[in-house]
Amino acid sequence: MSANAVRSRSGIHGHETASGWLFTGPVLFLLGLFLVIPVLMALWVSFSDWGGRGSPFSAGVHFIGFDNYSKLLAGGGLAEQDFGTSLRNNAWYVVLVVPLQTALSLFLAVLVNRAVLRGRGFFRTAFYFPSVTSSVAITVLWLFLFSSTGSVNKLLSYIGITGPNWFNEPSGILHDLLGVFGVQNGPAFLTGGTFLGISWWDWLAGPSVAMSAYIIMGIFTTSGTFMLLFIAALQNLDRDVTEAAMVDGANGWQRFWQVTLPQLRPTLFTVLTLGLIGCWQVFDQIYTGTQGAPDKTTLTPAYLSYQAAFQDQGWGQGAAIAFILFVIIVFFTLFQRWVLRERKVSRRKMRPYLSVGTGSSGVPAGAAAAGPPPTPDGERR
Amino acid sequence: MQKDLAVRVLSGAAAFGTVLALSACGSGFGGNAASTGSGAAGGGGGLTSSSSALTVMIGSSGNAETNAVKSAVADWSKSSGTKATVIAASNLDQQLAQGFAAKKPADVFYLSTGSLAGYAANGSLLAYGDQLKDTSDFYPTLVKSFTYNNKLYCAPKDFSTLQLVINTDMWKAAGLTDSDYPKTWDQLEAVSKKLTTGKQTGLVVSGQYERLGAFMVEAGGNLMNADSTQATANSAANVQALTYAKKLLNDGAMKFAADVGASWGGEALGKGLTAMTIEGNWITGGMQSDYPNIKYKVIPLPSGPKGQGTLEFTNCWGIAADSPNQAAALKLVEQLTTKSDQLGFAKAFGVMPSIQSAADSWKQEYPQLAPFLEAAAYAQGVPAAKGSAAVVSDLDSKLGSLAKSDPKTLLDETQKNLQALLK
Repeated sequence: MSANAVRSRSGIHGHETASGWLFTGPVLFLLGLFLVIPVLMALWVSFSDWGGRGSPFSAGVHFIGFDNYSKLLAGGGLAEQDFGTSLRNNAWYVVLVVPLQTALSLFLAVLVNRAVLRGRGFFRTAFYFPSVTSSVAITVLWLFLFSSTGSVNKLLSYIGITGPNWFNEPSGILHDLLGVFGVQNGPAFLTGGTFLGISWWDWLAGPSVAMSAYIIMGIFTTSGTFMLLFIAALQNLDRDVTEAAMVDGANGWQRFWQVTLPQLRPTLFTVLTLGLIGCWQVFDQIYTGTQGAPDKTTLTPAYLSYQAAFQDQGWGQGAAIAFILFVIIVFFTLFQRWVLRERKVSRRKMRPYLSVGTGSSGVPAGAAAAGPPPTPDGERR
Repeated sequence: MQKDLAVRVLSGAAAFGTVLALSACGSGFGGNAASTGSGAAGGGGGLTSSSSALTVMIGSSGNAETNAVKSAVADWSKSSGTKATVIAASNLDQQLAQGFAAKKPADVFYLSTGSLAGYAANGSLLAYGDQLKDTSDFYPTLVKSFTYNNKLYCAPKDFSTLQLVINTDMWKAAGLTDSDYPKTWDQLEAVSKKLTTGKQTGLVVSGQYERLGAFMVEAGGNLMNADSTQATANSAANVQALTYAKKLLNDGAMKFAADVGASWGGEALGKGLTAMTIEGNWITGGMQSDYPNIKYKVIPLPSGPKGQGTLEFTNCWGIAADSPNQAAALKLVEQLTTKSDQLGFAKAFGVMPSIQSAADSWKQEYPQLAPFLEAAAYAQGVPAAKGSAAVVSDLDSKLGSLAKSDPKTLLDETQKNLQALLK
């Protein structure tokens, strides 16, 4: 009986392996065919002098090492300058959009998650609506709203502000701000040195007025999506912990910052990661909207890659931009992961609890800490 | 952005005349096609020849253009017996590039001066210029625009030039007469100032090389020499031209279209924001369809320090090196560049014929637009070196703030970028 069972079990396992491969096979095949091979081909193109005619593996195509990359990163020409400009623009986009959209989506989620709110369904739909609308449609809407005679400028005119010609205004908003205080030109140590063909002073120009309109659009369109993620997370929260905090006398503000937010960390990580990746890949809006104008201040690496490959026939260069962008995204994702990692509670923060444990002073933990009271689970960020 | 603008401009021009196109193209066809067929040696000169149908890909400005080309190609198909289909590309650059990469390109296609060098260099194009029956009839500057490494790659399709377009009502209102048409830069400056009142600006142009470059030619310069083998962007002539433009801007006598809330000069003229603009022959269509009440007149641009000058823009009919039926493609192109076909296209979407023998008929038909065609004698093309389109668009992006920048510095930058292309 037992021998029989063993034999049959091993038979089952043998079948399991085979059927495992059988079931995953098609997916692995499809992934390889449509994902891995094209990516590797693109990688090859970025190291080759392929001119765009016929297969990149044909005899006339040569390996040229890092030529395409060095032209972008240290070429000293237009390619480097354009790439630097596009990175500058996109960096400002990321710096402003990612935190703002995360904060806004969390705020909206908390807002529509409250049981007392009337018409929750309506508000949820309303906030989510921009996310389901096509980005092309929203771009067109934006071009109308932010035109020189558009609704936004009309609104501004009611409060006595003459709005800019949004999508035709290349000046950076930080430079504009400094201009108000009479600073027109940067100090020599900023204007003298350059990085990727752009002077440090220009790196610090801030997003252009045109890019700011895109930034507002980015926040407007994505916060609805991320709000959904936060709502789902909020509804999964352990109510016991919150109740325990209430019993301990934590007010609403404290409960949010020290009880709710720490528990949302996995969602926060997801939202930040998705936001970071999405923001480094801005393309549709630029393609349908300004195509880099005015003065290249809305040029982004993703759009530049397309332009280099399809319009200027620099296929290797276009692929190289795409892979540099890939490296940038991976770097920032890992960096963010590192920043948001689970940390052990530091010894300094642990001390009050340890002292309670040894019973040497008898002072309650919460009272001993000078700062805000620690959260019930002993974690505070 | 600039290409896009041109498309938008042309689509305005093409909004009328569909009916005209159909009737005009149908008329002059049969006889010509037959003579082309008998004249060319079938499949000679190392061309591929087969029975496969042809694909013609065009970057169309609108229905009028698409229909005109379709009907012209259909007529050729009927007389030659070779099937051919016309595809109006939604994004010509991209679709051409995809076709070349897949080795299944369209057989015949529109090709811009800016893309020619790139495709010629990677071997995508058939250099069929020496197999055309007669290339001497094409305007020499157009032939130069499509010559790469001393080989004529493709037949000029048509062309357009820039001239001064003025609103005649505003002209009269300012107390100006026909004898006040500006002949020199000084006179242009004077009338611009005179025509600037309140919300109306004397001269409004798009802030880009494709308009301001006319001043460069008038001053005796241009971004590159005629063969696009040498960069001449920071020449004294160009600096002089941009300095002049900058002065007009700073005086308020000239403004850029974007700064008055218009997308191009024609819109500014149509909306009454300006009394004068510098635009090409495509402006007629846009004015007719969008602003039929504006009365305007086309006059030659004033002479600069080195005489008359303006810019010309052109496209050609490319044939793919990978086409399985190049012989038929060549015959089709020969037909499409005949006088009768070109005059039909002119009627349909406002372009000018690329052959000199059609000039008189064209001028008879459109006497009010004659200055555009007469400019062929002194117009210059835009740079055609590989990668120059990117450099020009870089310059365009900076010209928007010309009023605040130094022309020499601006041009030095362009010079550096153009020189990098020639290495």
